[in-house]
Amino acid sequence: MELLRFATAGSVDDGKSTLIGRLLYDSKQVFEDQLEAVERSSMARGDEYVNLALLTDGLRAEREQGITIDVAYRYFATPKRKFIIADTPGHTQHTRNMVTGCSTSDLVVLLVDARNGPTEQTRRHATVASLLGIRHLVLCVNKMDLVDYDRARFESIRREFDNFTTRLEVHDVTCIPISALVGDNIVDRSLEMKWYDGPALLHHLEEVHISSDRNLIDLRFPVQWVIRPMSAGGLHDFRGYAGQIASGVLEVGDEIAVMPSGFTSTVEAIETADGPVEEAFPPQSVVVRLADDLDISRGDMICRVHNRPFVSQDLSAMVCWMSERPLAAGAKVVLKHTTRWSRALVREVRYRLDVNTLHRDQESRELALNDIGRVELRTQSPLFYDEYRVNRATGSFILVDETSNATVGAGMLLRHAH
Amino acid sequence: MSMTYQLSHLAALESEAVHIVREVVAEFERPALLFSGGKDSAVLLHVAAKACWPQRIPFPLVHVDTGHNFPEVIDFRDEQVARRGTRLIVGSVQEDIDRGAIVEQPVPGATRNRLQTFTLLRVLEEGRFDAVFGGGRRDEEKARAKERVFSLRDEFGQWNPRAQRPELWNLFNTKRQLGEHFRVFPLSNWTELDVWQYIESEEIPLPAIYFAHRRQVFRRGGMLLAVGPFTQPRDGHPDEEPFEATVRYRTVGDMTCTAAVESPASSPREVIAETAVTRVSERGATRADDRFSEASMEDRKREGYF
Repeated sequence: MELLRFATAGSVDDGKSTLIGRLLYDSKQVFEDQLEAVERSSMARGDEYVNLALLTDGLRAEREQGITIDVAYRYFATPKRKFIIADTPGHTQHTRNMVTGCSTSDLVVLLVDARNGPTEQTRRHATVASLLGIRHLVLCVNKMDLVDYDRARFESIRREFDNFTTRLEVHDVTCIPISALVGDNIVDRSLEMKWYDGPALLHHLEEVHISSDRNLIDLRFPVQWVIRPMSAGGLHDFRGYAGQIASGVLEVGDEIAVMPSGFTSTVEAIETADGPVEEAFPPQSVVVRLADDLDISRGDMICRVHNRPFVSQDLSAMVCWMSERPLAAGAKVVLKHTTRWSRALVREVRYRLDVNTLHRDQESRELALNDIGRVELRTQSPLFYDEYRVNRATGSFILVDETSNATVGAGMLLRHAH
Repeated sequence: MSMTYQLSHLAALESEAVHIVREVVAEFERPALLFSGGKDSAVLLHVAAKACWPQRIPFPLVHVDTGHNFPEVIDFRDEQVARRGTRLIVGSVQEDIDRGAIVEQPVPGATRNRLQTFTLLRVLEEGRFDAVFGGGRRDEEKARAKERVFSLRDEFGQWNPRAQRPELWNLFNTKRQLGEHFRVFPLSNWTELDVWQYIESEEIPLPAIYFAHRRQVFRRGGMLLAVGPFTQPRDGHPDEEPFEATVRYRTVGDMTCTAAVESPASSPREVIAETAVTRVSERGATRADDRFSEASMEDRKREGYF
């Protein structure tokens, strides 16, 4: 069974929590005791129906304010796939949560209210999804029951959204008319919308083709941990490099190069606790042994001799800023990229991206909380990286504040630094 | 399947968990693994051993003994420690009560669930552990759904859900101040069903009480409790009449607050078949400690509970 990770986003009132509650409920993932707890809470609040949104609003502050304040993860499975949902809140000030949710997702489900159509927020979320390298976008036009299941209304929303997404890098865009409250087109095709000939949402999530989204071309193996079990009997010569295949396919016998030294060797064995394998691919965690005794440590990267990553201390990246204190030139931060930490200096904030209009605001010299913009960095030691749009695993980094240790930024590397 | 380079969902979850364990071993000085003897910690230990292979697990196991444990679970714990060749540190809640560090509620059979937080934090402090693995899963409970994989605890061992660091891609921020530590949850993205499927496919041994056995039980508050040294039917409660039934446990915790379910399932495969159609959540069915209030897990986590 395959795993699909998706993020959900929408405004507070678009019914996102209700949609997730509906997916869990209709796929029979909600247990009776959980449903009873929700029924009690719904009654206490004076809701007219069982409020499925209460299934997902986990923390007390959220239940009290009736909003979702953080990314929450939900799980459900059908006979075809196991799903992990990153449920992200919809408020403007929480763009960082959207970025967080998208960073581990294959697909994004956006919600709009059929009465309002796409809002500024819808466009922002679509833009963020595109920047984060999401290949599949699903627009759920919710509350169709409140517009009498009107086809013309749905078609006009779809046209408006398509016009916007053609400017993004997401090429697989699907629009589905739904009612999360009543359950139209969630698990089963709606009887109220015979004019709609596409799939119900769950069917689409089960069938969407994601396996070709991974980069299986460029072999990248960041060394996570060097295993040398000195003490154990018979293993004193063992030297293995543990890590997760970031991209590409590694095979026994491959000629490889190690960054940063540039030394070359041959893959002698690919080992796991379950025994050796002939080849490994993302996201497998393995132990690699080489024919030659090289000086390799955590943070180094194994790649192919004729297919190497960029190596540079000067980086250009799109950065989503996640701290109250704005980011500006001169800032010093710590950066984590693959299995490597490095200090970094912010040389320039080149522009701030207006995520509603895609306009590049060249006048901005700062990124405030939840801003996304292009930043030039210089790191203390070189990174071995690829462009984010061709390799999410080796094109991404996080920024950490040197004094508070807070995670303050998420970065997506661009091809060239200037 | 390797022609298409597809991993099954279990292989993908295992690979993610192995990556998390290795990240801790590589970036922390004093890790430890909280081992309760329950099925989630059995899976966690199995994954940790795979992550460290061919080395032995280079960190100790920590067990908080409430004094109310199922004997089968203690036996299982000791077998596992011997088999893995690793060190075991036991924090005894009874000893902390005896020396007056904590005070037990003066009720017969009172649960020691809240008291164990004190003992846990004491053991972690004495061991100066900077990263402690736990078997917690996000599908267990609503407050856990927002828990990070690397969850920072302040110098009082407390969780602040409002100040959690965002977690992006698989890039974990392991930076900490002196005195702070991390709780690390490699099984965050697993569900109860995933855990059972993994137990079956990897043939992971479990304490016998996870499978059907005959036992004297009684009903209290809609739950089946074992008749034992810590839980007995109360006088004047005719509804608590004991009877023998075929039961198994879905979670194993303190005997005073862990209930059994009636079930004939005697193997992982049969448990999976039941789990796939069950209509009551794992904690809802069997854990009195989560029933106190809608926010009880959130409150206990803030105080330092796992």
